[in-house]
Amino acid sequence: MSSISGEDIKREFAKSTLGIAGITIIAILITISIIAVITIPASTFQEWNNPEKWLGYPKTSIPIWVNYFTEEKTPEHKILEPEMFQSNSGNVYLSSQQFLVNFEFDDFPSDFVYEFQTKYTDSHLITVDIFRPDGKEINLLTTSLPYSKDETVYKQRIFSTDKMIKNNLMMKENIFAFDISEKSVTDVIFSNVIENKVLKGKYTFMINMYGVNSKSEVIDSRIILGGKAFGLMGTDELRRDLAVGLLWGTPLALFIGISVAIGSVTAGLVYGVYSGYKGKKTDETMMRFNDIIYALPALPFLIILAVTISNSIFLMIGFLMIFSWVGVAKVSRSMSLQIKTRQYVEAAKIMGQKDRRIIFRHIIPQLLPYTFASIAISVPAAITTEAGLSFLGLGDPSFPTWGQILHDANTYGAAAQGFWWWIVPPGLLIAITGLAFVFIGNALDSIINPKLKR
Amino acid sequence: MGLKRYIVTRGITMFGVLMVTLLLTVGLVGSNMDTILKQGVIFQVRSEITDNPSISKNFSSPDEFEEFVQQKIDERIKNLGLDTPWYSPQRIGYTMVKIMMLDFGNATFLMSDTGSSNVGDILLEKIPKTVLLFTTATIIISIIGILLGAASSSKIGSKTDRITSAFAVISSSFPVWWIGMLMIFVFAFVYQIFPARATPDIEPSEPGYILSLLYHMALPVITIVLIGFGSWAYLVRNFMVGIMQEDFITAKKTMGINKKKIIYKHALKNAAPPIVTILALSLSGSLGGAIITEAVFDWPGMGRLYFEAISVMDLPVIIGSTYVLTVLFLISIFIADLLYGYFDPRVRTGHE
Repeated sequence: MSSISGEDIKREFAKSTLGIAGITIIAILITISIIAVITIPASTFQEWNNPEKWLGYPKTSIPIWVNYFTEEKTPEHKILEPEMFQSNSGNVYLSSQQFLVNFEFDDFPSDFVYEFQTKYTDSHLITVDIFRPDGKEINLLTTSLPYSKDETVYKQRIFSTDKMIKNNLMMKENIFAFDISEKSVTDVIFSNVIENKVLKGKYTFMINMYGVNSKSEVIDSRIILGGKAFGLMGTDELRRDLAVGLLWGTPLALFIGISVAIGSVTAGLVYGVYSGYKGKKTDETMMRFNDIIYALPALPFLIILAVTISNSIFLMIGFLMIFSWVGVAKVSRSMSLQIKTRQYVEAAKIMGQKDRRIIFRHIIPQLLPYTFASIAISVPAAITTEAGLSFLGLGDPSFPTWGQILHDANTYGAAAQGFWWWIVPPGLLIAITGLAFVFIGNALDSIINPKLKR
Repeated sequence: MGLKRYIVTRGITMFGVLMVTLLLTVGLVGSNMDTILKQGVIFQVRSEITDNPSISKNFSSPDEFEEFVQQKIDERIKNLGLDTPWYSPQRIGYTMVKIMMLDFGNATFLMSDTGSSNVGDILLEKIPKTVLLFTTATIIISIIGILLGAASSSKIGSKTDRITSAFAVISSSFPVWWIGMLMIFVFAFVYQIFPARATPDIEPSEPGYILSLLYHMALPVITIVLIGFGSWAYLVRNFMVGIMQEDFITAKKTMGINKKKIIYKHALKNAAPPIVTILALSLSGSLGGAIITEAVFDWPGMGRLYFEAISVMDLPVIIGSTYVLTVLFLISIFIADLLYGYFDPRVRTGHE
């Protein structure tokens, strides 16, 4: 073990393609983490396991970009926002909302839901119409909001499966050349008149609210057009937007990996160096203890600890550290055995310097290059072990990680049902993150131990 | 320090580890275990009394009757020694002795295929399955690894060598269980070649069972091998590279002995000790991983048992399987240690 200066390492590292590749990947991951933390509020993410939050999203939908590669365009799940208009003629006030959608897919939307929240007094009439690309107009619903003497805030969801909509549609039966009585509402509304195929083009949902002497104020309204494609990464069985989970998983994985690696390598380094420096009885006892921890089966223990004590992410990091400092301690012990025989250490000893000072000032600095390499190399193990525990369902539910996404995927049989977008991205991210650190570690290692280069 | 003394020291350490493991396990699950045992006693006493209506006739008021039941429960708890807290030395000692004698008691929820709820019976049924799966996979991995490693060490820097090294680095950072999910997706969903669940679908007594078992085992074995052989080949390659530079190999080369013969006969023979040692170690390492791998493939072994026991908190099974896993783990480490000491005399002399 020759001493290499920091400058040497930097220069050598810049020459290593893999090392640079590793650094690049980590830089990208850190950028993703920053974007995730800024764009997705933590409150959204912490509701990951709250099914109510995700009701407006579709079930197990493919990512939308898949449509670029397929012949058949799967209908996108769209959440439409309205354009609002207000007008009045005499004492009749009208507030209307228009929802435009350009429907260019090869399959019908599964359903639609109109959600609104409005503030009004008295009674109001509401009509829902759709304007089709072929110029036909269909009245879907005409109904009234419940009478209220005082100003009230009213919230309602109208589903496409509503019986009244179907009945209104049946009145327009003669437009269509085929039998519509057995078809679902969306299969008819979005259909060509001659045969039951999708009519592509621009559709407009027009919703009018009429009030006499008072106008209604629409606080919130949207139409959810049910489809089978959604978002950048699709959704899972519980309707969650996988992009949110994957993005937020990045800072978590980096945090877990790096903190476990730094913690355990530092502990192992100090333990090993102290043991080697002290020698004799102290060394013997410390190494026996090391042997015991080394021989403990880590995974079963981690599982028992998670089950009996807590699965909080911070405690988990601590538990992971307990099992990962051992190897480093062994190596740094044997290194410190070599270093302590060097003359300058002997000299420092004769000069009466304290043990602590010798260890921290003279021995540990010599081991720093090795330490950095070990930290980089132990990150992937920490990430995969945490992912494994999460995969078994022992993860921290308030901080969902990539492993937990895979746990859910496995629970709902994603592999056997072919939901590839639920399985591939989280695992790939785990692997890429691990690989980046392995690259850096190997690059550092081959600089420190030139022998391995062969 | 001779080999005998070396074996004894290692043996003592291993025994120490076993004790520490047991103590930790009992300590971690002890309080929960205590509650479960006490609830069991209460349930038992109450059902005995309700089964025997004549007892309740002797009491005039419900309070009196309740007092009698409570008294019975306390009596039973005292008889079983459950009145002292679970962390009292004699109870921990008793539990540990019982576990060491392989008496794990009865499972709370889980059952063996034959319907027995004795933890020992359940474990006996599962251990062979795990051993079968992981030994098969390890043997295949080591064969491929040794051949590939030797081949790439004979031509350092060649395409084979570079691909092997790259594959080793890449495959080691993929979680086996994730590859498992992908394999199920590809080979059970897209191309329906293998079953998605690895549990054989016919009864062990039927004639086609062995075939069915092997068929269901194929996908897990392929996955484990796929992830494992790369790093093996890389390791063997590195050992071989070291040995190929030794003087006796150079001497053989100058003698004009065929290069292939040198690699496969002389060099490999000298690389054997560390390889055998690592074989034993990797077998033990995969035992821990079995918990996740078996959960993915639904392979009916120790790992899945452990997983199921955790999901329903079946403590006797958790303790039993942890113990068995630790014993298996320690046995393989011990064997690895012995082999290492046997092959490399420097280790057992204790000099650095």
